[in-house]
Amino acid sequence: MGKTRAILAATAIAALTLTTAACSSGGGGGGSSSGSDKDTTLTYWASNQGTSIQNDKDVLTPVLDKFTQKTGIKVKLEVIGWNDLQTRIQTAVSSGQGPDVVNIGNTWGAWLQSTGAFAEFNDANMKAIGGADKFVKTALDAGGAPGKTPTSVPLYGLAYGLYYNKAMFADAGLQPPTTWEEFVAAAKQLTTGGKYGLALAAASYTENIHFAFLTAAQNGASFYDKDGKPTFTSQPIVDGLSRYLALMQTDKVVNPGNAQYDNGTQAIADFASGKAAMVLSQNNADASIKADGMSPDDYGVVALPSPKNAKAEVATFPAGINLSIFKYTKHLSQALKFVKYMTSEDTQSTLDKPYAALPVLAGAKASFTDNADEAKVFLDAYNNKSKPLPQVATEGSFESTIGKGLSQEFATIATGGTVSDADIKAMLKTAQEQVEAQG
Amino acid sequence: MSATTVPPQPDSSTVTKRVTSRGSKNGQHRRLGGWWLPYALLAPAILFELLIHIVPMATGVWVSFIKLTQIYLRNWGAAPFVGLGNYSVSLDFNSAIGKSLLNSFLVTCGFTVLVVGISWGLGMAAAVALQRAFRGRGLFRTLFLIPYAIPIYAGIITWKFMFQKDTGAVNHLLFDNLGLPGDKPFWLIGDNAFLAIVIVAIWRLWPFAFLMLMAGLQSVPQDVYEASAVDGAKPLRQWSSITLPMLRPVNVVLVLVMFLWTFNDFNTPFVLFGSTAQPPAGDLISFHIYNASFLTWNFGTGAAMSVLLLLFLLVVTSAYLLFVNRRSKRA
Repeated sequence: MGKTRAILAATAIAALTLTTAACSSGGGGGGSSSGSDKDTTLTYWASNQGTSIQNDKDVLTPVLDKFTQKTGIKVKLEVIGWNDLQTRIQTAVSSGQGPDVVNIGNTWGAWLQSTGAFAEFNDANMKAIGGADKFVKTALDAGGAPGKTPTSVPLYGLAYGLYYNKAMFADAGLQPPTTWEEFVAAAKQLTTGGKYGLALAAASYTENIHFAFLTAAQNGASFYDKDGKPTFTSQPIVDGLSRYLALMQTDKVVNPGNAQYDNGTQAIADFASGKAAMVLSQNNADASIKADGMSPDDYGVVALPSPKNAKAEVATFPAGINLSIFKYTKHLSQALKFVKYMTSEDTQSTLDKPYAALPVLAGAKASFTDNADEAKVFLDAYNNKSKPLPQVATEGSFESTIGKGLSQEFATIATGGTVSDADIKAMLKTAQEQVEAQG
Repeated sequence: MSATTVPPQPDSSTVTKRVTSRGSKNGQHRRLGGWWLPYALLAPAILFELLIHIVPMATGVWVSFIKLTQIYLRNWGAAPFVGLGNYSVSLDFNSAIGKSLLNSFLVTCGFTVLVVGISWGLGMAAAVALQRAFRGRGLFRTLFLIPYAIPIYAGIITWKFMFQKDTGAVNHLLFDNLGLPGDKPFWLIGDNAFLAIVIVAIWRLWPFAFLMLMAGLQSVPQDVYEASAVDGAKPLRQWSSITLPMLRPVNVVLVLVMFLWTFNDFNTPFVLFGSTAQPPAGDLISFHIYNASFLTWNFGTGAAMSVLLLLFLLVVTSAYLLFVNRRSKRA
């Protein structure tokens, strides 16, 4: 009796040890290093570029299948929304488990570079994907700290523009604005009868930080000094943010309900359905506007206007999506092949259209729109009126602290409160303290 | 009840003595075969206890003493030791980080008092109402337990939809159907966010109180009520003099568990407000710590805040248990 029990117990313990051992080896992920292309499955995290996550899957799946046909390397795709992407990347960085290849916002380049978790595109790796010269220089430079070996390469180029509803402007006898003052005046005139002059994703921290940066840059301000120390609370920055918040607070050209829009596509939907006459967006809005039922002939685009007395005419930053390879990958050579494929002329021309992306390859033509005027506006902004976001290691926290701070100030305004310059400065001071505590 | 005579019980310490002396009378008993069996059977439990509870907790305490930022995230061992640095940042109430932590702590205290208090009240009322058998009792019991049975995310997301300003059911009911005057308010941003999160948390929690109290009531003998009724006791008196004292052991545990769950609530704010927009009025502490860690990738301060939270909960729990035990000894 006792013996049977002992044997049973021993078996149970042995089984348990085996399971835990299996767990730990399974958790290590990756399996044997390199291996043949046919046995390899790469995991690819794509950011949400299309009208929805499902749309992204529909667009990317045939492209990835083609890659598998060509090379035998299988690709497991996961599309991740913008609000989750930072956190997901962070988890992968700290655990050393996750995808082989990932999409990043190019403004995160310097920050993610500083984690040391990504494979460097040194001479050998750069050569493997077709050489640095194949990229537009602005696009390649935007994705990392100056003077350091890049850890990401450009995939899609994007720029901000001001979309306006042609019919609504014509009915009101308005011309597309060329200055901030004209922009606000037009928006005020178009805010009537339950419609608003402008739609904003006022709860999206990424949208908010972008406009905070652009309005401050128009005022000639920088968020970091030469030594890379944060200088968030300078007066021109406060003025820039105040001008941005005023769109809802004092100009009243933005529906207070937009304070709950945490995704750019919600603002675009308001524009496409005629609830708002203008929307500020990157050029990939084209796809969403069309999907929401507005014909490309019904809207026009101008560069984001600067105030008359602006210190610098800044209409956008060289925005875009980059590709990075995690250093922990067991399939570096396959991952490089994949990056080469994604940044090849063929794939780029396939994807630029559905994602309405600007070309990142030198000499490539803009194919994201059939509208020559629109293409000109975006390319001009990207090449001539752009200023890069701070390329520092704390860029990620700079985006999230100020961006979320602005979301809350919009919430205050929407719920009937007021946000003074002192409040803006206090928010910026809080953000700066958080960024400093990290640095 | 106090009049009931109880036969004298042998003192527990003498029992122990007797047992040990009997053991020692046998003298140096030979180790039986299979002596290791109890250890072997306990080993998996201890292993998993270590793995699931102790190791992560110890890691958390360790992280609170190092500067674990994005640069060291890939290699924790290289992160510099900063001693109590993370704690002084968290507790410096003049700085932005400390001030917002304090604000979050106070919001959480208010939230906990309201949620635990009202949930207990509702649970008690429902349990007492369903104490006697009547037609349809089973139906009500099931109905009341539904919020507890629904997957937590599905339930809270539904509330999130209902609390939308322009399209939500709550505003539709209040303003379109019942015709309240004024503009439809925001529920999930601004000060109303506190009210919204309290409502959702109560909706989640009260069925648990109901379930526990209902189970507790099963052990209250019916004849006590009958005897008190003969003596002329009205329902309220019966409740305060019979139900409440007899449920005391249940309540002691129930209130403690509800307090700990509510104070640590993460799911409700996370799902209700989304991962990006946290209104200060609904900034519960677990969620605050999560944001403090993930917003700036500063896990050292996040861990220090977690350790402070742990200490606070330990102090409150020990004080509570001490107080409750002392009272029960006196009684």
